[in-house]
Formats: sequence, C-alpha cells, structure tokens
Amino acid sequence: MFSLQDLEKKINSELTTKINTSKINHSQIFINIDSEDLIDVILFLKNNENTKFRQLIDITAVDYPQKDKRFKLVYMFLSHEYNSRLVLECLINEDEIVPTITKIYPASNWMEREVFDMYGIKFKDHPDLRRILTDYGFEGFPLRKDFPLTGHNEVRYSEDEKKVIYEPVKLEQNYRNFDYESPWEGTKYINKNTKDK
Amino acid sequence: MSKQTKTLNLNFGPQHPAAHGVLRLILELDGEVVEKADPHIGLLHRGTEKLIEHKTYSQAVPYFDRLDYVAPMNQEHAFALAIEKILKIEVPIRAQYIRVLFCEIGRILSHILNITTQALDVGALTPSLWGFEERETLMTFYERVSGSRLHANYFRAGGVHKDLPRGLENDISDFIKKFPKIIDDLETLLTDNRIFKQRNVDIGIVSKQDALDYSFSGVMLRGSNVAWDLRKSQPYDCYEQMEFNIPVGTNGDCYDRYLCRVEEMRESVKIIDQCIKNMPKGPIKTLDGKISPPPKKVLKESMEALIHHFKLFTEGYRVNKDEIYTAVEAPKGEFGVYLISDGSSKPYKCKIRAPGFSHLQAMDYLIKGHMLADVPAVLGSLDIVFGEIDR
Repeated sequence: MFSLQDLEKKINSELTTKINTSKINHSQIFINIDSEDLIDVILFLKNNENTKFRQLIDITAVDYPQKDKRFKLVYMFLSHEYNSRLVLECLINEDEIVPTITKIYPASNWMEREVFDMYGIKFKDHPDLRRILTDYGFEGFPLRKDFPLTGHNEVRYSEDEKKVIYEPVKLEQNYRNFDYESPWEGTKYINKNTKDK
Repeated sequence: MSKQTKTLNLNFGPQHPAAHGVLRLILELDGEVVEKADPHIGLLHRGTEKLIEHKTYSQAVPYFDRLDYVAPMNQEHAFALAIEKILKIEVPIRAQYIRVLFCEIGRILSHILNITTQALDVGALTPSLWGFEERETLMTFYERVSGSRLHANYFRAGGVHKDLPRGLENDISDFIKKFPKIIDDLETLLTDNRIFKQRNVDIGIVSKQDALDYSFSGVMLRGSNVAWDLRKSQPYDCYEQMEFNIPVGTNGDCYDRYLCRVEEMRESVKIIDQCIKNMPKGPIKTLDGKISPPPKKVLKESMEALIHHFKLFTEGYRVNKDEIYTAVEAPKGEFGVYLISDGSSKPYKCKIRAPGFSHLQAMDYLIKGHMLADVPAVLGSLDIVFGEIDR
C-alpha cells in the first residue's frame, strides 16, 4: 500500500505535460487537464498498474456562464485495488465536442447522455446520444444556470381535446427569491436608494 | 422456400406492476427471446438537482428523502456527510450512533421490499404480505423519531434533528430480537423453493469484470464475488466500531443477489444491536450555534439564540468555497453526492450519484438472450427505485 500523496506524485510524473494542476482535497485526488488529453489520461488511469481506476463512478458538468470556458466536465473514478478516489476535471467551451469514453467504460453511456441532456454538451462518436431524463421532445438544457427554475412549458389534461397538452408556464405568483444574504446590512435595492441620497 | 422471421417490438411499462415504478422498457423479441432492451427513463424526473441549487442547505435535505423513497435516511446521510466534511464539523458520538442505527433500519426496509417484491414478480405472494408487516413496524420507528413514516427529514449537517424519544431504544431492541425469526420464515418460503430457484438461478449472470465495467455497486457487485462495501473500505461515522461481515455471492446471478440481501439483513440486525448496546449519552447535534439551531426552550431567554435561530431559518448557514464527492453504502449501492459550494448559503451544484442508474443501464446487457419471462426476475434483482434513477 502507498499513500495518496505517492499516488499523486506517480500520476504527475507519468503524465507530466498533460496535467495542469493536481491537488489532494478531502482525501481524494483532483486533477485538471485539457480536453484534448482526455482519452489518453483516462486510458492511463484505467490501465496503469499503479492507478487501476477501474470503476467510473459518475460524469457530470458544472456551468460557469461568466467564464470564457463555460463548462467544467467532471469525471469521478474509483479504484478498488488501492481504495482511492480520483476526480478528473477539464474546462471546455460551450460549443466544444468532447470525445466519448463509452469504449473504455461501458457505464459512461448513460452518464454522457445525461450530461448532454442537462447541459447540451455533445460527445463525439457516442453510440446513442439521445435525451435521457427529460420529456420526449423537450427543448433547452435544464441544469444550465440560465435555464429558469420553473421551466418553459407545463402540461395539463385538456377536457376539450381529450389529451394531455403543453402550454407555456403560467404562474399565479412569481418565484420568490428573497435576498437573505445580509438582512442586517439591508437589502440591495434599499442600500442603493440610500446611497444615492 | 425460406421462412421469414420478424422481430416483435414490445412495450413493457410504463404502468406495469413488475416494472417497479415508471419504467418504459422497449423490448425487441425474437419469439420469446429478448434480443434488445431499451429502457426509457425519466418519467419521474422532478429536477431535484436544479431545485437544490435554489434552496439553502437545510432546505435541500427533504429532497433526498424523495430519491430512494424506500430507504430515505441513507440518502440524507450522504448529503449531511458532504456538508460536514466541507465545514469540518465534529459530529457527537451519540448522533453518529443514531445515524448508523437508522441507516441500518433503512437497509432492512429496502431489502425487505426488494426481496418480497422480487418473489412477487416470480409468482410468490405470501412473502410480500409477511414482509410488509415488518416494514410497517420499522416505519413506526421512523415516525417516532422524525414524525413521518417515509419522508423523514431527520439527519442534519452536524448530527440529527432530535434525540430518540423515551422507550424507542427498548422497542427497537425488542424488534430485532424477533426479526431474525421473520427472516427465517421468509427463507423457508423462498430459499429452497423449487419455483423460486427455477426462476432465479443462473438468470442475469454478471461476471466480475462486467460488474466493474458497468460501475455496479452494492449487492450487484457483491453478488458477483467482489467483496467491496464502503462501510468497511471507506468507513464513515461510527461504522469502524461495528462488527459485521460482508456477504458475497459466487455466481453473480439473481439468486445469489437474493441470498446476499437476506444475509445483509442479518448483518444489519447485528449492527443495530451493537448500536443500541453501545450508544453513549450526550448531545445529538453539533453545539456550534452557527450551524445547528438552538433548542426551543433557550429561544425565549437568550437573545443570541434568537439571532441564531432567525439567521439559520432565513439565510441558512454559509458553506465555504469547496468541492467534494462523498459516498455512502446505501442499500442499493454506492450513493454519492458531488457538492460544489461557493461560500453562500445555497449549493452551487449538487450532483447526485444514484446506484440504480448504472444498474438499470446494464439492462440490455443483462437480458440479452433471456426469455421474456426473465425480464421481471432480472429487473427485480436489480433493485431499482425510480425516485433515485430519475431524480
């Protein structure tokens, strides 16, 4: 057995140029790479004798709308042999197409479909890139930060048409997002008004 | 003269009792042999992850009850652990014991449901009637401690909401004395039952390698002879102090998975017993007033407590900027929470890793070449609950 620090060093020495940053946080290794190196790095992590990250736990993305590279793609791996976890991250542009890893980890099939469904990130050569969780014929990507919480369409059963119909969302009351951050300092709009005076 | 064969497309579900919820399975059949299975999921999608991004940390806890609604507290546990690790809170020992105790009750709840409904799918009605009676008893324990049978909302970052009510420990210990007998009874109905074995032995075999490739976890992995349990390998809370075994299967078929679940229930009983015997007295949540709300009594007397109360229930506690993946061994497998906090009182991102998602994904691989009648048997042994798969 060797420690997480050794493992981090080993990965760093083997993949020197491909790794942008690496750190150990909450006893997990976090690695940041460029999206071009994705396949190489993942193949290494899976097959190398010293890493053996044989299980892909999950794939997800994080949306940072204000950044140049909008999405952070996150892969989580688990190694049973060494009882260690690794989180692989890479930043990608909004319209970037990422290579699929379905050939390396069959489990990634649905996970990539979910990322596509929720964030609209496309995967190259994915065998079956359909939406997975949202409704048939759904439009938009729900987990992007600019997608409204209430969505765009709502469904109801129409007695006239005798079927379920889609309509734009009508809210009796708008979604209330209170600013609780600093009740002591006063809310933003009051601060602004008092400062102006 | 050549005979033309045509495959038949069959729509299984979304409203079929053996689909265990709202699964729509499109099967391509050659006669009675399944050639391809395409599960359509998402019919129960409620956007949990999106909703959590708009709620404070303490408001997000109830969403976890609604994922795998058969064992709600196990999920809350993952979320609570994630926050605790970021905030670096010490959880009092008593709270750890209570949490482990209720996680194991959740495991029994889930396994009873799975075993008995799997039996129901292959034609045995009685086990479900016997099993559900026990589930009812277990759910009254849930109710006594949290006020609700199903959606508990009981775990908090830093501990649990309330201490055990008087007499509950005795009632639970009475229950676990009687419960092994019930497991035995269930086993007499199923384990050596000829029909049950015919329907389950050598059906849906998962090899060790495939179990890893398809990122199986929990019983699905252990059934295929991989001794991997997060409670042992990456222990959280007070699991380190518990003595229990990890049952593993040898063949990786539906029958082995059934046996694993039965054994796991017996192990859970052991853990519950140890919890009750060794549970110390003491606080049940962290004493840090910035994180856990003050007791009602103090509220009337202390100005500081009043301020804390107000702040916690309006703004909520702030969690410093960090990212973390935390996993627990839920009854169905590895349940994980990938949490990104940004320093505010709401999570920036909360990805939920549901074990059933990867299990159901392998449906096509598992069922290929099997008969149509094996579909419910395999589906039953996957132990899927749509609350967590569709999120």
